[in-house]
Amino acid sequence: MNILIQHGHVIDPASGFSQLSDVAVQKGHVLAIGQIPADFKADQTIDATDCMVIPGLVDACARLGEPGHEHEGMLESELAAAVAGGVTSVVCPPDTQPVLDEPGLVEMLQFRAARLHLSRVFPLGALTRGLAGESLTPMAELTLAGCVGFSQAEHGMTQTQTLQRAMQYAGTYGYVVWLRPQDVHLGKGVAASGPLATRLGLSGVPVAAETIALHTIIDVMRSTGARLHVCRLSSAAGVELVRLAKAEGLAISADVSIHNLHFTDNDVGYFDTRARLTPPLRQQRDREALSQGLADGTIDVLVSDHTPVEGDAKDLPFAQAEPGATAMEMLLSASLKWADQSGVSLMRALQVVTSAPAALLGAAGQGLGQLSVGAAADICIYKPSEQWQVVPSALHSQSKHTPFAFDMNGSLMPGKVQATLVAGRVAFELN
Amino acid sequence: MLYKRNPQLNRNGELIHLLSTEGLSRDILTHILDTASQFVSVNDREVKKVPLLRGKSVFNLFFENSTRTRTTFEIAAKRLSADVFNLDIARSSASKGESLLDTIANLSAMAADIFVVRHGESGAPYLIAEHVAPHVHVINAGDGRHAHPTQGLLDAYTIRHFKKNFADLRVAIVGDVLHSRVARSDIHALTTLGCAEVRVVGPKTLVPSDLSQLGVKVFHNIEEGIRDCDVVIALRLQNERMSGALLPSSQEYFKSFGVTQSRMQLAKPDAIVMHPGPINRGVEIESAVVDGPQSVILTQVTFGIAVRMAVMSIVAGNDA
Repeated sequence: MNILIQHGHVIDPASGFSQLSDVAVQKGHVLAIGQIPADFKADQTIDATDCMVIPGLVDACARLGEPGHEHEGMLESELAAAVAGGVTSVVCPPDTQPVLDEPGLVEMLQFRAARLHLSRVFPLGALTRGLAGESLTPMAELTLAGCVGFSQAEHGMTQTQTLQRAMQYAGTYGYVVWLRPQDVHLGKGVAASGPLATRLGLSGVPVAAETIALHTIIDVMRSTGARLHVCRLSSAAGVELVRLAKAEGLAISADVSIHNLHFTDNDVGYFDTRARLTPPLRQQRDREALSQGLADGTIDVLVSDHTPVEGDAKDLPFAQAEPGATAMEMLLSASLKWADQSGVSLMRALQVVTSAPAALLGAAGQGLGQLSVGAAADICIYKPSEQWQVVPSALHSQSKHTPFAFDMNGSLMPGKVQATLVAGRVAFELN
Repeated sequence: MLYKRNPQLNRNGELIHLLSTEGLSRDILTHILDTASQFVSVNDREVKKVPLLRGKSVFNLFFENSTRTRTTFEIAAKRLSADVFNLDIARSSASKGESLLDTIANLSAMAADIFVVRHGESGAPYLIAEHVAPHVHVINAGDGRHAHPTQGLLDAYTIRHFKKNFADLRVAIVGDVLHSRVARSDIHALTTLGCAEVRVVGPKTLVPSDLSQLGVKVFHNIEEGIRDCDVVIALRLQNERMSGALLPSSQEYFKSFGVTQSRMQLAKPDAIVMHPGPINRGVEIESAVVDGPQSVILTQVTFGIAVRMAVMSIVAGNDA
């Protein structure tokens, strides 16, 4: 199928290209940008007047509910949410039920996802069996099955020796280890340590939970030579440690979630469980450091940290409520809003959700997160002038809880996705 | 709710739920104390009843066990002529897997007017207050380590009774402040009412320095902490603090931080000693102090009934 996207402003953060151009799509790839071959016959034409035409977003952290929620059709709803948010590639952590520690499970997930013709799915394999932190998973086989890296998801590593061996083993093959830095024991609280947790009588997670884990992980990384991706930084001190590791020349990258980039513990207000998240929302100084780190490249990638939470799992006292928020549909707008507020360039705001996360995927990310001739025709078309309110009932995700909800913070989101192409097929079109 | 107002207050700023002493104005706190003083005399009368809540139903919902606080709420409600229903939730619905909000919906259907709630989790009464019908009032009888506002108010009432005003007072709260909902409610009430100085005293594991964010002075030495104080409030020390590696032993705690007669010599000569109960004699406080002339611990209990009567009658008189 041939598709012609006309009159849009094409931006490719991978190359810095930014120009009013038409885009021709053929057989799943970008055939031409600007100069459309005279013999190109479009089966479908998309009018992108007043719109930006950008590479489809790569969300480096989103949970899709499968395996575990097949009966609820969650994979379908969450991938529909992805494309509605312009997300064409999703990296999903292995903390599913059962855990992604067997090649068969990974293959099944990819098979089911591919049949839906929505977003591409790139699973992370479990770093240890059952995420129990005790024995290694068959990483080479899991990679053949499609895993793009290995992670402990939300399960910390209590045994440093196992962490060291897992990183040595992953390093043997050059696999990237994705870890969220949080000390298991210090991380048991439900809100960031600080004035708010003290006032509300909520158990706190100190910054040291992040920095102690980072020190450990980075030291182990030094001795093993493994490649490391630090997931969802939450504190100013954490950003500083990653900055130092990068200055030292270590093969380290990092991401931050849209929630930690936009909210603080103040948003917990009167025990609002929509702000019950992991890592916890910290203070304004942390938020500023995360924003600065993302702007200057200390933090490479912005992720949605999409975590579907069922209806009543949030209708509980704060500490008992399930952490997480629906987020993929807000990823693009959250990045644009960050650019508006912090003054970083549009190019950087798009880079952190397209080419930068694609680079984390290694060979699997070839041709993704970029909009250039020959690249995969994964394209997001959005209207920058259209502001919208996050109305949870209107979201495609089965989960409706988000601190971006208009009735929680009253702020408008910039940039509305009009259409999304995945591998040259229209996967989403705004009616 | 876009710009969330204080869930304890209605649009006119009147008290409809009592969830915390934090965020209540000095006027509201003073009004509660003044109303309580009228009820103190009711408790001394031959017939200890007034008809203010006749025909109203008060449900005591205790998700966490408590005999004492529940009984004082029950007495307070009965003296206001309300019908009182005690539900031992800990042993019924919750243990059968019913969710908190389902329990509330069911009890609301039984035409409740006031829910008195104790819950092990900080913030649970806020969740309930958010989901009850507009005419229903919620009174927090203790939630996690967050708040125990009627205890905070009865402590303030007791202090005002003995010291007449708050302006020049120095109050020391001694013990496990970190885990104490009583301490938080005392701190917010006393600082709002204008206490000159509120101190918290204890080892760093139980009194971390960031407690100063609540507007109090932090002391890790009891002699310094209670020196020249007008009021000393000892907090109950829970046994689980020893198993949680926060303290080595109750003996060592008593030696370092117990409120003893010799230490009370450092406070003002007319200082009073308070305790929210139940007391561990020889752990956080010496027996001689409990039974001594400076102790007003039993007076606190008596005033507690009047304060709870005041709170129930005030919230019941205000519509959402």
